[in-house]
Amino acid sequence: MYVAVKGGETAIAHSLDLVADKRRGDRGIAEVSLDQIDQQLGLAVDRVMTEGSCYDRALAALAIKQARGDLIEAIFLLRAYRTTLPRFGDSEPLDTSRMVAERRISSTFKDVPGGQVLGPTYDYTHRLLDFSLAAAGERPAAPTAPADMAPSLPRVGDILEREGMLEPPPDAGGPAHDLTRQPLVMPAARPVRLQNLARGDEGFLLALGYSTQRGYGNNHPFVGEIRFGSVPVSFVPEELGFAIEIAEIDVTECDMVNQFAGSQDVPPQFTRGYGLAFGHAERKAMAMALVDRALRAEELSEAVASPAQDEEFVLAHSDNVEASGFVQHLKLPHYVDFQSELVVVRALRAEVEARNPDAALSQAAE
Amino acid sequence: MVRLFASAHMSSSTAQDAEAPGRRQRWLSLLAKAPSTRLEALWSGIDRVPSYTMLRRPEIGLVMVQGRISGSGDPFCAGEMTVTRAAVRLQGGQIGIGYVGGRKPRQAEIVAAIDALGHLPQWHEEIAAKIVTPLAAEAEAHRHLVAARAAATKVDFFTVAREAGT
Repeated sequence: MYVAVKGGETAIAHSLDLVADKRRGDRGIAEVSLDQIDQQLGLAVDRVMTEGSCYDRALAALAIKQARGDLIEAIFLLRAYRTTLPRFGDSEPLDTSRMVAERRISSTFKDVPGGQVLGPTYDYTHRLLDFSLAAAGERPAAPTAPADMAPSLPRVGDILEREGMLEPPPDAGGPAHDLTRQPLVMPAARPVRLQNLARGDEGFLLALGYSTQRGYGNNHPFVGEIRFGSVPVSFVPEELGFAIEIAEIDVTECDMVNQFAGSQDVPPQFTRGYGLAFGHAERKAMAMALVDRALRAEELSEAVASPAQDEEFVLAHSDNVEASGFVQHLKLPHYVDFQSELVVVRALRAEVEARNPDAALSQAAE
Repeated sequence: MVRLFASAHMSSSTAQDAEAPGRRQRWLSLLAKAPSTRLEALWSGIDRVPSYTMLRRPEIGLVMVQGRISGSGDPFCAGEMTVTRAAVRLQGGQIGIGYVGGRKPRQAEIVAAIDALGHLPQWHEEIAAKIVTPLAAEAEAHRHLVAARAAATKVDFFTVAREAGT
């Protein structure tokens, strides 16, 4: 039951002022600029673009600044902003084989065409705090080496696919269902699940992916390939009728390869899970690929017994804007709801005490 | 609106310029991907730009970026990106359009203006020399730098046997 309650306007206005004051922090310390956030906190920008589901580095940087570094709040801000913009249309599907890769690794084949390119990764750092970063000072530019400027970088999956050892990806054609336009309906087709996971919370997907590795729906994964770099986005403007490239965007792609013993219809082979994220977001792309594969349990005649395999559980709880909204709405006044519950509980207690005064007394003594 | 654009395009892209669609596509793609400050600087180096009217003021919107399952399968919606578009008309009726990733009204307008001039063969040489060629070279140099820095992190495997000198 809701009863209109007025009041608190001044308190709210002053609270907003206080947030702004806290955001600025000590006035004796230089204010952070959006360019600084974009350039020096780039992985935070990448996460906000991915889960905010909107590629725009400057907007994501602004959201991070406004949210004082609270990335889930920043994601919320970006999602809210995107609803104010008109949709021009859908891009042509990205061709990630045309990526100018800054990083590309495979943990299934040592000698992949194009080689193992480590790129900028924390994998080989010792995770020791680097106190030299606490002091200002210019860093030397990264080293270079002669590069192979091949126009395309072959996929590791294609090699196994040609041998028939790896299932080819589904290719039924047809336009993709768009969750921002049509509500989620279960059971969801794989493209819909992938859109949901691409927007999904990294922490949630990481935990679910981890759970599959620990035995809750294990599917024996290998990293077929991870690549990160820039790809062109092609779009067909209505005025032109042919495709033009409108931008180059950074994406991370993970093709996970999973052991599969076969089913009645399918011979033993490797199956796949797929992850794609804006910017450099390997953990997210890997977790997404693990969960994508886990959600295929029914399709592959596997037992659906674990949370990561449960489509309704995963897809309905992956979105951190929805999740944080529903959890945090508990902070809103529930005075009347609580009053009514208080009345009920008091009545129940009175009833019990009337029936059995000793029990009520001993409970009170405890 | 769409029909207006289409017919204007048909009449202004002359038959003798058989490569027009290919060139137009190349130019629009290159100009859209150029750094906006760089494009503005090069554009300001063009003299006597004919006046044009805005057919569509720069408008910011979204394009849904599609991915493909495992990179080559069915498409899915990977997430949106911001895009700015604009359209201009020269006094002679030539229409140019610009679609640029990001929120870049000025760049979308410049791209549209250059696209409109592209319908006039007498402008090709100057635009190619002063804008397109430098931007293409800079884009290629940037691509090379990214690839060269990545190449420095390529693993050079060698076997234990070779390490032992056998």
